[in-house]
Amino acid sequence: MSEKLTVGISDWKICGSPDSLVTYALGSCVGICLYDKNSRIAGLAHIMLPDSTAITGGAATRAKFADTAIVDMIDAMKAKGANITALTAKIAGGAVMFQSASAQFNIGERNVEAVRKKLAELRIPIVAADTGCNYGRTVTFFADNGALEVNSASKGRSMI
Amino acid sequence: MAIKNFEDLGAMEIDVLTEVGNIGAGNAMTALSSMIGQMVDIEVPAVNILGFQEAIDYAGGPEKTVVGIIVPIKDDIEGEILFLLENDIVELVVSTFFGTSDIDLLNLSPDMTSALTELGNIMAASYVNAIAELTGMKIEVEIPMLSIDMLGAIMSVPAAQMGELSDKLLYIDNLMLIDKVSVKSKMMLLPTVESLDKLLRSLGVIA
Repeated sequence: MSEKLTVGISDWKICGSPDSLVTYALGSCVGICLYDKNSRIAGLAHIMLPDSTAITGGAATRAKFADTAIVDMIDAMKAKGANITALTAKIAGGAVMFQSASAQFNIGERNVEAVRKKLAELRIPIVAADTGCNYGRTVTFFADNGALEVNSASKGRSMI
Repeated sequence: MAIKNFEDLGAMEIDVLTEVGNIGAGNAMTALSSMIGQMVDIEVPAVNILGFQEAIDYAGGPEKTVVGIIVPIKDDIEGEILFLLENDIVELVVSTFFGTSDIDLLNLSPDMTSALTELGNIMAASYVNAIAELTGMKIEVEIPMLSIDMLGAIMSVPAAQMGELSDKLLYIDNLMLIDKVSVKSKMMLLPTVESLDKLLRSLGVIA
């Protein structure tokens, strides 16, 4: 029997085959899925903010930020036996939920940019992405084969 | 004493915020009642201090489809008024203005969404005007924004904004009653920590 583990907002989890990871209703947040296909170890992070170094308060929660969540999740995947030099990434979310002239509401775009930058720095290739636009996404990541299912209220279901 | 975290609030401060919410929401509901021609009552508000995931679960769960309206507020109090409207209120508004209650939240016409945005604007302005009058503070509402989507995706936006300063959200939430029946739609005030400090100071609760 495979288990489906739920990842909350500002949280990450890892699992091995045949289990899967789900996170609900990514809006401006980004879901980062990392996978090592040989060990079939998967990780899913649901980050809210781009950069832990850019803010003054509340920075202790490392799972909240793209930069800190990614490195912590990689450490946990390594400890579980993943080959971290072989990791690939799939990302989803980072929508602009509200159209506004004010840059503070474009947090989705900034989140995607920060995730791409951190993954590039760690030399982890992004093999699939479904980001931006203006709608929320629920994603399920399968450790068995690294497939990512994306569901949205307006666009339905797709596999990337 | 200064309020630097939501956790710094004591029972007395929470009581005062509850009353502030009561006065603001009372004024907003009067505005709503006159627009839809039906009496809307409120119950005593609740002041909630919750983690981001808890706040989403408490508001109805991440995947529920809602009409989300954010009205940013600025000047002496900064933060947002957030509406999470469900079928109950949306049907009432649409039937009042458009004569039909056969609606699908994901397929509202542009006229319907602008009527809902305007409703949010008027209710938010009524809410903050009551608080401004009570405290002598200057509070302005900015242009409202609407999105119809999963509740969790909508709440990710205020969560990200408050998340720069805190790991929790504080929201003052009112239960609305129409014809004595409680509705699921929500209107809530989400102030920043700094604004709470100013608000409580203006009322002489903290020195």
